Amino acid sequence: MKYLEEKIFKVIMIGAAMIIMGVLIYIIGTVFYKGVPSLTWDMITRIPGGGFYLGKEGGVLNAIMGSVFIITGALIISMMISVPLVMYINFYLPNKSNFAGIVRFSLDILFGVPSIVYGAFGFALMVYMGIKASLLGGIITVAMLIMPLMMRSLDEVTRLLPRDLPDALLSLGSTKYEMTKVLLRQLMPGVITAILLAVGRGIGDAATVLFTAGYTDNIPVSLSQPAATLPLSIFFQLGSPVEEVQNRAYASAVILTVIILILSFSARYFSSKFSKHKS
Amino acid sequence: MIIANHHLETLTVNPAMEINRTYPLRKVAHDNAIKVENLDVYIDDQHILKDINLSIPEKSITCIIGPSGCGKTTFLKTLNRMHDELPEVRIKGKVYVDGLNIYDKGVNVIDTRKKMGLLAQRPCPLPMSIFDNVAYGPRIHGTKRRKKINQTVIQYLQYVGLWDEVRGRVRTSASKLSIGQQQRLCLARGLAIEPEYILGDEATSALDPLSTKKIEELFIQLKEKYTVILVTHTLRQARRIADNIVFMYLGKIVESGPTEEFFNNPEKQLTRDYLSGSFS
Repeated sequence: MKYLEEKIFKVIMIGAAMIIMGVLIYIIGTVFYKGVPSLTWDMITRIPGGGFYLGKEGGVLNAIMGSVFIITGALIISMMISVPLVMYINFYLPNKSNFAGIVRFSLDILFGVPSIVYGAFGFALMVYMGIKASLLGGIITVAMLIMPLMMRSLDEVTRLLPRDLPDALLSLGSTKYEMTKVLLRQLMPGVITAILLAVGRGIGDAATVLFTAGYTDNIPVSLSQPAATLPLSIFFQLGSPVEEVQNRAYASAVILTVIILILSFSARYFSSKFSKHKS
Repeated sequence: MIIANHHLETLTVNPAMEINRTYPLRKVAHDNAIKVENLDVYIDDQHILKDINLSIPEKSITCIIGPSGCGKTTFLKTLNRMHDELPEVRIKGKVYVDGLNIYDKGVNVIDTRKKMGLLAQRPCPLPMSIFDNVAYGPRIHGTKRRKKINQTVIQYLQYVGLWDEVRGRVRTSASKLSIGQQQRLCLARGLAIEPEYILGDEATSALDPLSTKKIEELFIQLKEKYTVILVTHTLRQARRIADNIVFMYLGKIVESGPTEEFFNNPEKQLTRDYLSGSFS
């Protein structure tokens, strides 16, 4: 009886793992199977020409660049806010601080807010500030979207830090700031992971940028210009009745996936480089 | 603001303190380097240390012994104000270090900690190279000149006997060292901030016998220049290296005195029981 239990449970666990792996392979497989044949050099080096959405020549460089600009800007903004916040609630506030608890709880709520709500909120904010749909609007809204995720994952790794290290630093007469600088170095792999998660969520999200970044066939050259994004580009191409264009949507999806994969691998590489002296 | 720089003979004292002590601090610290008066420590509502009164003579090794949970580590942490980080800890009483109550208002925590080199139970190298570990203290305390830093690092690595072992790889990660080497590195790192006191919190309990021996020998060497205060679990270690013993039980000091006297002729029944191993 005992062994039967063990066996059943093992089967369930293996099954669950298989389902996840299967779904992942199926999704990536479909995207690549449909997308790779339409993936031409033109796709990644040219902006849409006239009639691109009807099957004529051109590419999605506008969307690639737009997405890259938006996620880079959003990352910079959210890092500048997340890192100090996480350092503050972990190293400056006492362990059982109520304020830290409230912050964590708020972040959990914000994390659960759907991205379309961020989009709507960002849009309302832009109307209030008098900004049109633009790169800047997209950056701010995506930053708001990824910040809770980034803070929460940074917070988790920071809390796992052994208590010895801060104590060792303080007993050497470090100020809190000097201590934080050293601890950040130790936390570098965690920071990289947080960035990765944030990029993954931010770059693939269509709802936030729908109203706030707008859409354009050109590459934005200033913050006040509208910017195209890959998710929206995929959406518009999929909506086309022309089969060729639909296939290009899959090609765009391949590009998006590859960008995320490249980011993933390079982040892992740099993280192992930074953590050379990790204890 | 008090400038705790022991190259200075006299220290500037803040106005609040001026009333009772304006004399050079080094002279006050003549033979009682640390003087604890009526010290009570509470964590939340628990009374951890009860009315501790103690004088620790300078340039000697004082070992604090006692069963687990008797407050040894808590006591050690009051000496370099590590409890400051925990709001649930309340401290009453006075701790004079070099004649200056470190719990007085206006005393700089950093200056206090800089006077105390702490050696923790488990070595905890900083996430940087061996060199940078030792150089960290001097750097944050304002040494800029590269040459001076190099000198300091080599000097203290030599002092703890690590220099010959790591000579060719001081730029490699400190976490690659063996645990005994790491502990000596931590000692070098602590010495590099040029403290006057060395605090050891069961500093050898995680080490193998050989590394333990090396650290003990270092402590004996250190007492020529520093005042060493150790918390230890091993009575034999205390007997080997201590000049004075303080025996604590349930947050109180039961008995204290010179090592030989303490072990050969303890006054209290409780001490005798502890020494004979009736409880631990």
